[in-house]
Amino acid sequence: MSIKMEAVTKKYGKDYALKNVSISFEKGRIYGLIGPNGSGKSTALKLITGLAFPDEGSVSFNNQTVSRKTSDSIAYLTELDMFYETFTVQETIDYVASQFTDFNHEKATLLLKEMKLDTTKKVKTLSKGNRGRLKLVTTLARDAEVILLDEPFSGLDPLVRDSIVKSLLRYLDFDHQILLIATHEINEIEPLLDEAIAIYYGDIIGQEKVEELREEQGLSVLEWFKQLVEKFEGENK
Amino acid sequence: MSSEFQSSQPIYMQIVDRIIIDILQEKQSLGGKMPSVREMAIKMGVNPNTIQRAYSELERMDIVETRRGQGTFVLENDDLLDQLRDSMQKEFIENYVQKMKEIGASNQQMISQLKRYLKEDE
Repeated sequence: MSIKMEAVTKKYGKDYALKNVSISFEKGRIYGLIGPNGSGKSTALKLITGLAFPDEGSVSFNNQTVSRKTSDSIAYLTELDMFYETFTVQETIDYVASQFTDFNHEKATLLLKEMKLDTTKKVKTLSKGNRGRLKLVTTLARDAEVILLDEPFSGLDPLVRDSIVKSLLRYLDFDHQILLIATHEINEIEPLLDEAIAIYYGDIIGQEKVEELREEQGLSVLEWFKQLVEKFEGENK
Repeated sequence: MSSEFQSSQPIYMQIVDRIIIDILQEKQSLGGKMPSVREMAIKMGVNPNTIQRAYSELERMDIVETRRGQGTFVLENDDLLDQLRDSMQKEFIENYVQKMKEIGASNQQMISQLKRYLKEDE
């Protein structure tokens, strides 16, 4: 199983969101797509889900061009909050389950319990942390081949992050799934990653295996990222 | 995150050190079973491949062994604790000496400062 982006360019109006980007992802690995806000992370994820299409180049999933059909196999957590406020937690779960054939109710129940979410509560009464948790439950409960998380920790306190990380590690199927996390919170995410991909205003400026980075260059992902940005800025003045 | 890691050293080596310290403090007993890779990954909040690598390193160091179908166990080796303590102490001394050298301390000063510190600590 794999995802491939080949020579992808995506523009919004005159602005480039991605410039000639080529990257690929293999199963059994956790990838971090890291970069500042507005660097093209979300666009990359949308192209993989088939919610947006490239202006140039191609995006494929298992050698099939990404379309609304391939999105069946891809679970996507947006950075936006997309719940019906008047639904209860349980109604939200049931609604998501009705939309995706790969929704695993058993997993959802375990996740809800682990995240300590009260299923009878209305979405509008949930704290920000619990909304974040609920979002993750609806994404992780799918037996999808690919899990895409867009800023899963954004605005959440360290305890909530911790419970999200633990659930990710507990429920990820490492033999069959690809996990791709887009975030600007580099230090927080580093211990989770196999590989880091640095994206900077539409360009992929680096890709490394995290442990090799530390072993061979003595750099954490954040230090590496800062060096790349400096070099990139120097070359493109 | 559950665990904080220093920036320069590989994460798997930092986990190796933590497990060795757990063994020295007898939180992890000789001959005892280690948590599975997945359990340890969840506990530490790190990638399971990193834990696998740490376990392989511990195996290479003859600290643990993996028994097929049963899991990973700390070896029941009486000399092991002494060896581990010794090598850990060496490592800390190396760090101390290196840092002291960086700020231009002589061997004499390293020893006298350490002696003075220990006296104050008593």
